[in-house]
Amino acid sequence: MIAFNKYYNRFNILSISLVTISLLLLIFKGLNFGIDFKGGTLIELRSNDQKITTSSLRDNLSQMNLGDVSVKNFGNKTDFLIKFENNSNKNVIEEIKLSLDKSFGNNFSFRRVEKVGPKVSSELLKSGVIAISVALTLMLIYIWIRFEWQFSLGAILALFHDVIVTLGLFSLLGLEINLSIVAAVLTIVGYSMNDTVVIYDRVRENLRKYSDIKIFELTNTSINETLSRTLITSITTLLALLSIFFFGGEILKGFSLAMIFGVIFGTYSSIYIANPILVRLNVSQKTVLREESKN
Amino acid sequence: MLYFSKFRIIFIISISLLFIFIASSNILKFSNSLLNKKINLGLDLQGGSYLLLEIDNTPVIEQKLQNFTISLRNYFKDKDIRINNIKLDNQKILFSTDQKNKQFILETFTDEESELNPYYPRFKSHQLEIFEENNFFIVNYSRQGLIELKTSSQDQALEIVRRRIDEIGTNEPNILKRGNDRILVELPGLDDPMRIKSLLGKTANLTFRFVTNNAEDSFGAEKLEYEDESEEAMVSKRIILSGENLLDAQPRMDSETNETVVTFTLDRVGAKRFGKATSTGIGKQLAIVLDGKIISAPVIRDTIASGSGQISGGFTFQSATDLALLLRSGALPAPLNIIEERTVGPDLGQDSINAGLIALIIGFFLVILFIFVKYKIFGLITNLALILNLLFLVGILTIFEATLTLPGIAGIILTVGMAVDANVLIFERIKEELKSERNNLIAFDSGYTKSRTAILDANITTLLAAIILFFMGSGPIKGFSLTLGIGIFTTLFSVYFIARLLTALYVSKNKEKGNLI
Repeated sequence: MIAFNKYYNRFNILSISLVTISLLLLIFKGLNFGIDFKGGTLIELRSNDQKITTSSLRDNLSQMNLGDVSVKNFGNKTDFLIKFENNSNKNVIEEIKLSLDKSFGNNFSFRRVEKVGPKVSSELLKSGVIAISVALTLMLIYIWIRFEWQFSLGAILALFHDVIVTLGLFSLLGLEINLSIVAAVLTIVGYSMNDTVVIYDRVRENLRKYSDIKIFELTNTSINETLSRTLITSITTLLALLSIFFFGGEILKGFSLAMIFGVIFGTYSSIYIANPILVRLNVSQKTVLREESKN
Repeated sequence: MLYFSKFRIIFIISISLLFIFIASSNILKFSNSLLNKKINLGLDLQGGSYLLLEIDNTPVIEQKLQNFTISLRNYFKDKDIRINNIKLDNQKILFSTDQKNKQFILETFTDEESELNPYYPRFKSHQLEIFEENNFFIVNYSRQGLIELKTSSQDQALEIVRRRIDEIGTNEPNILKRGNDRILVELPGLDDPMRIKSLLGKTANLTFRFVTNNAEDSFGAEKLEYEDESEEAMVSKRIILSGENLLDAQPRMDSETNETVVTFTLDRVGAKRFGKATSTGIGKQLAIVLDGKIISAPVIRDTIASGSGQISGGFTFQSATDLALLLRSGALPAPLNIIEERTVGPDLGQDSINAGLIALIIGFFLVILFIFVKYKIFGLITNLALILNLLFLVGILTIFEATLTLPGIAGIILTVGMAVDANVLIFERIKEELKSERNNLIAFDSGYTKSRTAILDANITTLLAAIILFFMGSGPIKGFSLTLGIGIFTTLFSVYFIARLLTALYVSKNKEKGNLI
């Protein structure tokens, strides 16, 4: 048996500081929204001339009056990602094509073009926020029906911790938030819940079985009993995600990275947030039995 | 939990075989149409263009209100009521009248039998709303009236968009309504949407009008630019012919001038009007106006009674072809704006498919290896269930001919990673049971029973997330939620039927063995 409960306090301080730092980052540094949510144009280019660099591309594009243009390599040296904000020019993509062909010869293929208008981007942002809020609310309702309030509170706090810290990390690293990150966050919500619920199920079972063991010990027993499952599932999920991250192509990198963070935080929080809460709220056999006699 | 009737075993085996068969129809070709189904690839995988168009209804509303002011004036004139200071401002009609007529006008507008202002009994609303402010009446579209107007202009626009795209002949375009003022166009396999974009960006409102040269006659005329922005001319507002009178239009090479032109044929009404105009207007310039710009304004030399003619305007063959196409397919009721565009080239699509498949194979292999090392014989059972799970998932996607996107592939890989969770929960529980229970059968049985709530809880939470994503998400994200959601059901099936059946068979053969798991 590993004495997880010895570190409850220390890790709680860590969690609180992580959430605080994340919130500060989210408030002051903010998130790096992609064109899905900010509007603008994205072009993925592939050149068949090794000599073309991001700076030569940037120089060329900066003469085109596109506003703030960002040019980055995308995955390898001959792939480029160009981004700029919305402008009123409807034929901007055709003009870029002409200009690049003129300056660099016909050396580019346009692999992907995405253009999101201001109206659509604000709608996407709104529906993303609604989706995450609805998901959190539904989880809340589910957990509230399913468990006693002390457990619900613990599960929800663990959930918020995972979402906030994952987003905080994205803010810290300046990684782009796009539609697929919303999907990742929602999946993290599901995963985090899943992990917490499995441990809670065991805590409840043990609470019914043993009336003489204090919750501080009991949570530790429950964590240990479910530990191998927690680890094995986290490992297989991470194996799948790492494989998407390394082999699934550039487009899925952000999504898989968010999920990898989420799974790690989710595993951590199901042990070190969900359980200490039960200890702090002084959950005992009575909590579980009282609820049952009501039903 | 470990007992399976013969009937059940046969059921499980036949279901599995059926799905293997269906899933394989993606690779093999079956002549049977019931089985010859395939998963569709999303635009991000097969390449193609996604365009979201928004109808700008402002000109339609203004035009309709403009027309309404005339019928309004005439209607009350017949009733001997004078309407004063009538004007159109910001999609509202303003007018005033004498104090004594006010009540009558209000009643006319709010009467359910009103001829002037149609009433929609289903929505309990009139087309137009009227209210009084500072001795002025203000009339504008009601909420329902606006919806009615938008829906009808969307229907028309959809038809025109479909005709234009069909004329170009892309394969299997998808043209759908979104809301009441948007149209979604999906064009698989199209990697350069430039031509379609420029064709959809034109309203194609064609009119034939006389050029008026004397400046005094400016009342019924407006100043219009030529298409090449070189000159301007005063053009009468009176429309002689419009695009509606056109039966056909084709690009042609004029053999005399060696110039590309667009020839057109008029319907009977149009031919009559055209003949009359060209006979009375010899020597005058007839402007051909498209979307508020003059294409050309030839001088009429002869009466044209045949009902056909040609438009010249310095076209290239491509631009003449496009103009003819636009004229054939008709004018849009209102301008369209492209508010979202996503285009993926076919080579990127293929790269994404390859990357997705490689990630799937590697992820699958790693998970299988890990589970085998961890659980040995039961690892094999789990892995077999996992393989079938994947085939079920592919099979269901095939039956519904669902659209697979790149995030959808990610959803499948994630399902592989999370699918083993249920079996892990069961096996870990069995291990615990075996510590206190000697009898293998009882231990396995209670392992299955006791882990059930945890498994259900775990899957319901993920399912909730997937359902929300499906209804809130757009395009590719929908694909992710679809595979993730279906994956939950196939996982539960493969765990509780296939893995459990195999476990039951193995355990009943090795009842007496110690350290089974």
